[in-house]
Amino acid sequence: MSAFAALLARDIRLAARAGGSAMLALGFFAAVVTLLPLGIGSEARLLASIAAGVLWIAAVLANLLTLDRLFQADYEDGSLDLFALSPLSLEGIAGAKIMAHWLTTGLPLTILSPLLAVLLHLPAAAYPALLVSLLTGTPAISAIGAVATALTVTVRRGGLLLPLIVLPLLTPVVIFGAGTVLASIDGLQNGGIWFLAAFAGVTLPLSPFVAAAALRLNLSE
Amino acid sequence: MVEGPNGSGKTSLLRLVAGLLPAASGTLWVSGGDIVIEEREERGKLIGWLGHHDAVKPQLTAAELLRFFARLQGTRAQSVTAALERVGLSCAADLPCQYLSAGQKKRLALARLKLCGRPLWLLDEPLAALDADGKSLLLTMMREHLATGGLALVATHDPIDLEAARLQLA
Repeated sequence: MSAFAALLARDIRLAARAGGSAMLALGFFAAVVTLLPLGIGSEARLLASIAAGVLWIAAVLANLLTLDRLFQADYEDGSLDLFALSPLSLEGIAGAKIMAHWLTTGLPLTILSPLLAVLLHLPAAAYPALLVSLLTGTPAISAIGAVATALTVTVRRGGLLLPLIVLPLLTPVVIFGAGTVLASIDGLQNGGIWFLAAFAGVTLPLSPFVAAAALRLNLSE
Repeated sequence: MVEGPNGSGKTSLLRLVAGLLPAASGTLWVSGGDIVIEEREERGKLIGWLGHHDAVKPQLTAAELLRFFARLQGTRAQSVTAALERVGLSCAADLPCQYLSAGQKKRLALARLKLCGRPLWLLDEPLAALDADGKSLLLTMMREHLATGGLALVATHDPIDLEAARLQLA
């Protein structure tokens, strides 16, 4: 367990250091969302109706940006070989990295989102749904993204391939995530949050095993 | 000691022994001194790996890096300072690794190897980038390691002044 905690702490530390992925994701998220009203005008009703979709899509893209290097950096500098020869299994390694990725990307994005929602005139009634849906959905993004990066770890410039693999798999997350927020504007509940929870509930426990299998395959090439 | 020209399979052999590469056919077992490896799972507790790449993160300081690997490998982290001193990097302990030279990174990798205290060392071109001082340090470390009952499999081009069995790959 201490090996798991050590890797978790290291990844969080790496993400938080200058040039780390945490600030990159937050900066990208904030930039995309603030740029939007500049592009399509500041009419409050229009912005309010697209706010949920924009926040969710920007969150997915910000995650993609940092997922790219999740395993690749460790593969390139030889750390992954040492991880594979440590007492911690590759499943444990993948689990620690997924958790660290969510803590440094998904969680800060969720915390920042209400602030950006103000810029988009999101009605007050929708804030709880926004927070809950992001909190439930972003772990699934980290999980699915980790599997895809593990698959492309040996591919040079694999980051270009990543969106093609990850985005189709993430469509349910965006549909139910944004859908939940949209319904809550009118004070409704469409049950989307349960789909989101189920999706995360299935992908999260499975992803370390799938990612570890993909890593094993790639390491033995 | 594994010798052979470029591309003759020295690194592949080492990765095979480490279990990082699966064998296309045949079985592999390691036996010598007190060490016997039969199960793949046992390798994680027995193998000290020094590869081409130093696995050094530019954002972390030398001491942070060693402490992390000590915890990951389940060894006591108290000896980090001693390990750094051993390889002559105690002055660079709190320096981010991006400021270290290639030779210093190799020394840091040596410190990690020593710190993790595994009985079977697999060293891939360990002399690369090391200065004369570093080379003699590596030799001393290897002698100590062998004297305490450890094993080492070394792939190298450079002659190493050690009594050892030699395997020549064509």
